[in-house]
Amino acid sequence: MELCDYTAHELHDMLVRREISCEDICRSIFKRIKLLDKKIKAYITVIEEEALMRARDIDQEISQGAEPGPLTGIPVAIKDNICTEGLRTTCASKILHNFVPPYNATVINKLHSQKVIITGKTNMDEFAMGSSTENSGFFPTSNPWALDRVPGGSSGGSAAAVAAGEAICALGSDTGGSIRQPAAFCGVVGMKPTYGAVSRFGLVAFASSLDQIGPMTRDVTDAALMLNAICGHDRWDSTSIPTDYPDFTTFLVDDIKGLRVGVPKEYFTEGLSPEVREIIEKAIATLETLGANIVETTLPHTDYALPAYYLIAPGEASSNLARYDGVRYGYRADDADDVVDMFIKSRSRGFGDEVKRRIMLGSYALSAGYYDAYYLKALKVRTLIKRDFEAAFENCDVLISPTTPTPAFRKGEKIDDPLTMYMSDIYTLAVNLAGLPAISVPGGFRNGLPVGVQFIGKPLGEGTLLRVAYSFEQSSNYRGKRPPIVEEVL
Amino acid sequence: MASYEPVIGLEVHVELASKSKIFCPSTTAFGGDPNTHVCPVCLGLPGVLPVLNKQVVEFGIRAALALNCEIAHFCKFDRKNYYYPDLPKNYQISQYDLPLAFNGYILIEGENGPKKIGITRVHMEEDAGKLVHQGTISTTPYSLVDYNRTGVPLLEIVSEPDISSVEEAKSYLNKLKAIIQYTGVSDCKMEEGSLRCDANVSVRPVGSDRLGTKTEIKNMNSFRALQKALSYEIERQIEVLESGGEIVQETRTWDEGKGITLPMRSKEEAHDYRYFPEPDLVPLVISSSWVDSIRKSLPELPDERKERYVKEFDLPPYDAGVLTSSREVADYFEACVDLYPYPKVVSNWIMGDLARLLNAHNVEIENCPVKPRQLVAMLKLIDKNVISGKIGKTVLEEMFATGKDPDVIVEEKGLRQITDEGSIEPIIDQVIADNPKSVNDYRNGKEKALGFLVGQVMKATKGKANPAIVNQLLRKKLN
Repeated sequence: MELCDYTAHELHDMLVRREISCEDICRSIFKRIKLLDKKIKAYITVIEEEALMRARDIDQEISQGAEPGPLTGIPVAIKDNICTEGLRTTCASKILHNFVPPYNATVINKLHSQKVIITGKTNMDEFAMGSSTENSGFFPTSNPWALDRVPGGSSGGSAAAVAAGEAICALGSDTGGSIRQPAAFCGVVGMKPTYGAVSRFGLVAFASSLDQIGPMTRDVTDAALMLNAICGHDRWDSTSIPTDYPDFTTFLVDDIKGLRVGVPKEYFTEGLSPEVREIIEKAIATLETLGANIVETTLPHTDYALPAYYLIAPGEASSNLARYDGVRYGYRADDADDVVDMFIKSRSRGFGDEVKRRIMLGSYALSAGYYDAYYLKALKVRTLIKRDFEAAFENCDVLISPTTPTPAFRKGEKIDDPLTMYMSDIYTLAVNLAGLPAISVPGGFRNGLPVGVQFIGKPLGEGTLLRVAYSFEQSSNYRGKRPPIVEEVL
Repeated sequence: MASYEPVIGLEVHVELASKSKIFCPSTTAFGGDPNTHVCPVCLGLPGVLPVLNKQVVEFGIRAALALNCEIAHFCKFDRKNYYYPDLPKNYQISQYDLPLAFNGYILIEGENGPKKIGITRVHMEEDAGKLVHQGTISTTPYSLVDYNRTGVPLLEIVSEPDISSVEEAKSYLNKLKAIIQYTGVSDCKMEEGSLRCDANVSVRPVGSDRLGTKTEIKNMNSFRALQKALSYEIERQIEVLESGGEIVQETRTWDEGKGITLPMRSKEEAHDYRYFPEPDLVPLVISSSWVDSIRKSLPELPDERKERYVKEFDLPPYDAGVLTSSREVADYFEACVDLYPYPKVVSNWIMGDLARLLNAHNVEIENCPVKPRQLVAMLKLIDKNVISGKIGKTVLEEMFATGKDPDVIVEEKGLRQITDEGSIEPIIDQVIADNPKSVNDYRNGKEKALGFLVGQVMKATKGKANPAIVNQLLRKKLN
């Protein structure tokens, strides 16, 4: 094991005991990046110099007696749709290839105040639209567990970085499963908090009513630490929830006796691969052994989640992405005849196919004469889906389901078939429509590929989620397992 | 030829005078170097979010209450999507189906007495930036964008199509402007763009209750432009109908230089704004107690003030209407009346000579160099016969030019009225000696000749002689 293979809380303990320095951790991370990132390509931008400088500053503070906080000196990778002041933020899109934000996202300021060290910006599907990171406008990312497979998406770079030891923790964003699905594919923990628990200020919007930033980590404890760091009310985000957020580490208790775990039957129908089903069923059995009450439950409108999602998310996206016109920043076609021509050429060349597809879908759904039949109807379906969950939570404390129907698929396998690609988020996107928190934790391996287990919680029920995820994690032995490529290069 | 009547509705945009913009902390100050009153939020940079400015809502409610509107308990913001380089997000945050306020009205002086003009709705939205062309929009080689105005709060006030003449349209806009100014939420300066007006116009045969096809007229940047554009458009539509044509539903722009309206875009070319609820803002819930407290803080509005002037100061309704049509004029008037108990005299001077001076020098009354205290001091000099009313006009002009007190001017310029018979007599003797013909005429019964002689004396004293004394002395000497 090298330092870059430990969890944040393990490194913290070593820092507290003064066994290592922040610079040691940082050097280990960048050594790993140099060794592996040519193959994995998790990062769009790496900032080694700045990171090392910062690590030395923090070491100086510690040597002068400052007590390291839980995340002090921990190298964290940031998905490239979260604005970092002075650091290029591209959303993996050619249209923002040169965009350097003049401001920090709220989560970045929060991480800075925790003295984390930002390692760089990670690859993703362009504007977070996709489930494989193959829609990156720059290059695809490989799954560290099998380089010919996708890491999932859209936060594929963040997931791959954490899995390969190229970052200890990472931030991702989740609009329909973009944290949880790549976490499942890469064998890491990924959490989408309750809508409004983490500020979206500075997160480049894909679908404003669904987007949420969340942690991607090696284990559940690190997820709790990261959540502590990033969640909280923000006056610069009107949709942020003003409430007292607890210390989430207090929920890291290995005890779920009496906890009611619901199994929504609609999440176990055809489409679910046998290998994933087997692992989820095993996980359910484990929870039962740990004393949980397993309750069969139903989410009757599940079938309508995907169509509703693909009207609402593109609708919002078509408007959110209108600002990329070449006028103020980003790519501008320099051979345009007039301003309209400049808009058309800049956008035609700047955006990739999937982004264009969704802009068109969304523009159509919002058009006069179609709005009621599509967008408005989808909003009504969204309400029904929310009610499904409310009803289910009358008898359950958390729900359990697969995170994805299959383990990581091969590169190129679904890229030409958008509908099949969209189906890989079938178990995650209803959670975004309902604004609920959910977490994906490693549930086991099949054919050398990780499989994720998803827990879904009540609004602001992150604590219970962490408790069940932690207990499940304690009963398993997948922590610390490294992808074969890591073992190979060492 | 059949006789037609116009049907007009106005859409007025008023810039609200909040300190900061509607969704960010940037200043709303007018002017400034291009792109200096901006921040990531109003520039619409990737990742930013709007946060609603509470003062804007309060100002909106204030204006809407003054326009006799009902205030929504629940309203929301929507996105209006269209591409234009002065709109940084390429959508405008506005209010679509659930506006801030609705069902209001204002009273104007119609041809047959007071007339109620309905207000359909009042909603809040953000302003766009400004394009700076090199020359004209059609020939400019490139254009620059100034985003200082982007995100300045606007209130859109939409009237019912209750306006049936150009004169009424002008009265409506004037009244609306006065009411908004009274509430203090906007300075309503058309020349600075803090008051803007578009019009929906149609015509129909007199007596018909069916609405004709309407056109929307934009780009009217002054009261004069509004009147000229409406007159032109009404005539144009009548001519089209008279020659057997049909009105095309379209947006037209007023060309000030040519004095005509020109087609801008047809109904088919009209934007599909793809409105949908703004997901970055939560719906706005407005409590009755908040509305009540704003209602209680409303100042006296033009109609009430006018009524009070008629009752309290015994002014003719016309005077009361003119004085109260601007809060500043009314405040000036009242400051004078507080010091001088003859309201009609004050009214005459304000509406007459003072208004003329203000207009001629393009000065607003709040910046008038003659303060109420000074105007009153001048009026008192007239009352005490220190100067004549005619000299008073001269003194006022001097006060306006220099800001000096009237008694100082009277002394400096030697304008004090001459009432001493001993000083006037020699002048009268001289005038009688110089004008034997007129003297003869008068003595032969031509009363008018006396007036000429008085005039000659006044001329010789540069107007300073007390006219009554001159008259009296002349008669004595000639008889």
